[in-house]
Amino acid sequence: MNAVVVTGLGVVAPNGLSTEEYWNATLAARSGIGRITRFEPERYPATLAGEIRGFEPAAHLPGRLVPQTDHSTRLSLVAADEAVRDAGLDTGQLPEYGVGVVTANSAGGFEFGHQELDNLWRKGPEYVSAYQSFAWFYAVNTGQISIRHGLRGSSGVLVADEAGGLDALAQARRLLRRDLDAVLTGAVDGSLCPWGWIAQTSTGQLSTAEDPALAYRPFDERAAGFVPGEGGAILVVEDEAKARARHAPRIHGRILGHAATFDPRPGTVPADDASALTRAVELALADAGAVPDDIDAVFADAAGVPHLDRAEAAALGAVFGARELPVAVPKTLTGRLCAGAGPLDVATALLALRDGVLPPAAHTQPSPRYGLRVVVGRPLELRLRAVLVVARGLGGFNSAMVVGASH
Amino acid sequence: MARDVVITGVGVVAPGGIGSKPFWDLLVSGRTATRTITHFDASPFRSTVAAECDFDAQAEGLTAEEADRLDRATQFALVAAREALEDSGLAGDGPDPCRTGVTLGSAVGCTTSLEREYVVTSHGGRDWLVDPDLAVPHLYDYFVPSSMAAEVAWAAGAQGPCSVVSTGCTSGLDAVGHAVRLIEEGSADVMVAGGTDAPISPITVACFDAIRATTPRNDEPATASRPFDRTRNGFVLGEGCAVFVLEERERARARGAHVYAGVGGFASRCNAFHMTGLRPDGKEMAAAIETALDEARVRPDEVSYVNAHGSGTKQNDRHETAAFKKALGDHARRTPVSSIKSMIGHSLGAIGSVELAACALAIENGAVPPTANLYEPDPECDLDYVPLTAREARLDVVLSVGSGFGGFQSAMVLTRPGRAEQ
Repeated sequence: MNAVVVTGLGVVAPNGLSTEEYWNATLAARSGIGRITRFEPERYPATLAGEIRGFEPAAHLPGRLVPQTDHSTRLSLVAADEAVRDAGLDTGQLPEYGVGVVTANSAGGFEFGHQELDNLWRKGPEYVSAYQSFAWFYAVNTGQISIRHGLRGSSGVLVADEAGGLDALAQARRLLRRDLDAVLTGAVDGSLCPWGWIAQTSTGQLSTAEDPALAYRPFDERAAGFVPGEGGAILVVEDEAKARARHAPRIHGRILGHAATFDPRPGTVPADDASALTRAVELALADAGAVPDDIDAVFADAAGVPHLDRAEAAALGAVFGARELPVAVPKTLTGRLCAGAGPLDVATALLALRDGVLPPAAHTQPSPRYGLRVVVGRPLELRLRAVLVVARGLGGFNSAMVVGASH
Repeated sequence: MARDVVITGVGVVAPGGIGSKPFWDLLVSGRTATRTITHFDASPFRSTVAAECDFDAQAEGLTAEEADRLDRATQFALVAAREALEDSGLAGDGPDPCRTGVTLGSAVGCTTSLEREYVVTSHGGRDWLVDPDLAVPHLYDYFVPSSMAAEVAWAAGAQGPCSVVSTGCTSGLDAVGHAVRLIEEGSADVMVAGGTDAPISPITVACFDAIRATTPRNDEPATASRPFDRTRNGFVLGEGCAVFVLEERERARARGAHVYAGVGGFASRCNAFHMTGLRPDGKEMAAAIETALDEARVRPDEVSYVNAHGSGTKQNDRHETAAFKKALGDHARRTPVSSIKSMIGHSLGAIGSVELAACALAIENGAVPPTANLYEPDPECDLDYVPLTAREARLDVVLSVGSGFGGFQSAMVLTRPGRAEQ
């Protein structure tokens, strides 16, 4: 089967508003987590988030797009623009239906939706925006990216909580194997408005710490929840032969394998059951034609919730045995970006493969009880050929992806 | 070797009847299930008609806890999935959980429950800083609609790939298309796939009012949905769900399963034109149809029935008529085309699956459902839309299409069982 390669990266993250800005911040362990500024968080049980600050939409997007889009959609358009530029993709030169868009989402343009609920219930139906019907729904980012870049090939939108972002990349790969030349894919997510915030705090999984250095500490004895954030990544993925034929300026790496599984019903197994996650990792390796020894590092889901951290450590232990496989958790610097997390981890993994270095996790002191070699302190230089990226969504969604170096 | 996919179970929750039999009876009767909205007081709104389901969750077998906790669209999905699994013969003695997956289409997820809880936590809309102490413990399940697929997966005992597909109004078709690909590639042998939406709530009604997409024909609710009619002036919002059991064909054959139809082909395109607007030429929908027919190895003149998107907006019905002419050529004028939205409204992300259920049942029962309320033909819509009355017909190849906000255009081809082997 033809190889699927990544030729363009676009990143919008709390610690960097472009791929290189993000990568530099990540290697320097600069965190984007802080007290929420977009609304007054005082009354809420959690007050920290990975916010993207200083983003001026008008500096990046045509003025007419601003009133009709949610903050997260604007960010997704900026990420898509960077990815297309990075890939040197001239979509006009590709077949009419040769390029598609596949994104994942968790809650759509939720802040936009909050504003319109406010208009409806405080003022009345006639105050609801004419853009509401398409600004808040889950398909919005795919639709707007498709329009902005004139992409008319087979496209899609997946929702599988935090696992959905990897599933979107896998769907893009599936479409490339059928008939597409290129796909813009990934996810940019985030719902940092009061209404989205209480939905997230309702899970009881968010850290209630007020000090950013003490909040999101996966695989730590003191782990007590995570910090959510906003952002993600959009990638250009292509069939390798076609990318080479058009002289794509660079190949960041390959998407080698993927699998998605779903946990047994809660209550039928222990809360830290790792069976379905283990199977996802095994199937992703099999899909990549890889054995555990081929994997040089893991980008962990790292929920920061003890029973979920235990399950992930158990799954990695089951597959990789006693190997001291380095585990990277760059999301300790951004917070968990829901659907955006998987694509951002894949983008980070590709940068790590390129530069032969794993970024350090911040704030966490890994506990030996998990048996994982979490990279902390300073970047770890090593030769990387292939890495595993894990993403898990609330409710039982597991997704695993293997990405490999370009050479 | 290529793995083909067949439909072995059908479950439906629709306006006018719960279950695939009442649904089919309504369609062939040509009766409509559109009425003045009863879910809430819609009098302040521009459009006050909808196609509502008469659905009692507990009477349909859900527990009181499920009836309380789950969004109405999720409840629909559980009821339809149960019918589909029982219909397929896989209920109880299910297939290997690891080889069974779920894809559920939904355009707006749990929006009705979200709005209800918003009203509570904002103290009737007054407070921007919503009150966390009033949030229900399962609020996150409404917030991220993959919870809907999770509920179906638990009910079906599925531990394979699981997701929600949310491509606006083509979600129901695209979710089935996605499930078909997962079986074809070997990621699953059985998929429980379909679409569900229960969007009849103030915010959804208001957002379609704001762009005048829904009909203001409030004084004639029973005949308000008028696809392809000269007097059409917008769609009628609906709700509902259809869920299928899809199986790899040899597996279905080996266990002697009843097969409704084979899924011959599927394709989707984007128009990259406008989030809600359609170019009148129907080009991208035609491209999706052509690709789906190619995959099914079917010539355009072999299509025996087209289930149209037929929403009843001015632009859609014109767009779609052009697409059929472009993709099917002269045969577009000879083949029956109908829109069941005339009877059951437009249930957004569910309707693609509900219409696909109508197609599977049409093949099974040898009849074409009509387009109700079509009294005054529109010169711009000049195909055979099967006005008012159902027709008996042997259907070998059925085409179903969908068109959605975001520019999505999708097409699926169903074939009569046994046809592929001929």
